[in-house]
Amino acid sequence: MSNIELIDDNNLKCRFAIFKNANLKLASGEVLKNFKLAFNTFGTLNENKSNAILICHALTGDQYVTGNNPITGKDGWWARMVGPDKPIDTNKFFVICSNVLGGCAGSTGPKEKNDSGQDIYGADFPSVTIQDMVNAQSKLLDALKIDQLCSVVGGSMGAMQALQWSIDFPDKIKSVIHIAGALKHSAQNIAFHEVGRQAIMNDLNWHKGNYASNNSIPERGLAVARMIAHITYLSEDAMHRKFGRRLQSRDIISFGFDADFQIESYLRHQGRSFVERFDANSYLYLTRAMDYFDHSESFKKTLEFINNSNEHLKYLVISFTSDWLFPTRENKEIVEILNSLSKNVSFLEIETDKGHDSFLLDEPDLDFAIKGFLESNYRNEYE
Amino acid sequence: MSMNKIQSIRKDWNLIESLIRDNSRVLDIGCGEGDLIQQLEKNISAKVHGIEKNQELALKAIARGLSVTHGDAEKDLSQYSNQSFDYVILSQTLQAMVEPKKILSELLRVGSKAIVSFPNFGHWKIRLQLLLKGKMPITEGLPYSWYDTPNIHFFTLKDFQNLCNEMNIVIENSIGLTSKGKQFPIDSSLLSANIITSEAIFLLSYKDFEPIKIKLSNKIFAKNSAIVN
Repeated sequence: MSNIELIDDNNLKCRFAIFKNANLKLASGEVLKNFKLAFNTFGTLNENKSNAILICHALTGDQYVTGNNPITGKDGWWARMVGPDKPIDTNKFFVICSNVLGGCAGSTGPKEKNDSGQDIYGADFPSVTIQDMVNAQSKLLDALKIDQLCSVVGGSMGAMQALQWSIDFPDKIKSVIHIAGALKHSAQNIAFHEVGRQAIMNDLNWHKGNYASNNSIPERGLAVARMIAHITYLSEDAMHRKFGRRLQSRDIISFGFDADFQIESYLRHQGRSFVERFDANSYLYLTRAMDYFDHSESFKKTLEFINNSNEHLKYLVISFTSDWLFPTRENKEIVEILNSLSKNVSFLEIETDKGHDSFLLDEPDLDFAIKGFLESNYRNEYE
Repeated sequence: MSMNKIQSIRKDWNLIESLIRDNSRVLDIGCGEGDLIQQLEKNISAKVHGIEKNQELALKAIARGLSVTHGDAEKDLSQYSNQSFDYVILSQTLQAMVEPKKILSELLRVGSKAIVSFPNFGHWKIRLQLLLKGKMPITEGLPYSWYDTPNIHFFTLKDFQNLCNEMNIVIENSIGLTSKGKQFPIDSSLLSANIITSEAIFLLSYKDFEPIKIKLSNKIFAKNSAIVN
């Protein structure tokens, strides 16, 4: 008999949904007998349970979407977007955000103990996909007794999950906000991920993934992986604007390999601070999940022939002009398919030089689009 | 924008609305903030979608909950399937398109009917300005100087009728608006229509049948069919 337990964790300032004997079948064919999801909710679920929004986090995000993140001591990763009187207004909506399966902020993943309760999964953790993450999230919704979400919102890997929701559970959602994503992870993106993974796996402290039992952490590899990835989140223009060739704490170049330039110092800082909050194995698993994401062949067919319960669905797809990781072209592929099938879709390309990370940064047009889309659709439906 | 201009656009929209059957699927190209499609959604329960090139305008339309694709219709129309809309509206935009002829055929590929409105370059005020001043005319309907106008193809009512003929497009209905906003049916036989029409609104469709084309009398057939319809 499967059973589900919901508990509050006051130390981690989040909640847990613990699924026992759930036998969650993964895309790889493996089965997770037990699993748990760490999640947070904000705002109040209304009486007819019509105001719930699920926010899906990106590669290195977590359930601390807004409010204080006890792990970093800083604001949540989308605090500027989500909260009372924010674009996703928690005075109006009930916001749910869960750490993905395979993540490292409390949900079942390589950092957590396996079913024996003794050892840490490490590299024995089964491969997870975006589909598996979404499947686990749907179980969480069932546990929270929410039949239908008013919207699923996500950027980057979160956008992949939002799209996956519309494919796997169209009748459980009313709308999708897909920001800076794609139908598939491109060859270039896989290439960058592979370099990051090689950096981790070539760190002698990685110990084939079982570093926990060796009391070591592949910090250097993970930091390098983060530095590479961080470059892909920016744009050349933004990097030039923020750093140029300016020197860091010096007036002349050192003729050595110190961080002479501000950009070097910045990337080193990004790498260092990342290892304090993220697990190297989780990074391997989650980047792999993104690599495996590919609906380029199946999306149109699925919508056209297999799943017809998506007539009511409203899509909002947003891209950024300077995003070269998930460029407009790739976001638009989704829009083109939806338009060719006469689905209800809106698309907005926002002009900015901030690159892929734009969805996390101050972009007033993004705020306005999301707020307007959510609130006007909600009004049209219920008022 | 002057009050007159806004009123004339509203008039244009009400006329467009009168040409559309209730509960239709409607695509508005160059939908701006979505005022027209919102009006159609509200008044005649149309299922609407818009295309808008300008980011600010597309954003405003999307934030109103309308289904709008931000993009360039001349590139993006190709993504819509054949006959996926009952009506495709091109309001006051044809003269700004790079390839108006291609757009016209695209409108009728995507929609079973097209509604096209445009300012008539054959209006007497424009003719008079060009004749007397010898300079490119500037009027309320065409308020820009030649060097900074978005309108790159100037054409008259007659030019448009001829193009429809050439493309085997049926003019199901055509309505003229005078510069004072007075509405009248454009009759192809009425010589003065091209002189008094300030703005024209056309309801177009393709012929249900392929016209028989005999090499030498091609033109005659085309002419006749326009009258027949």
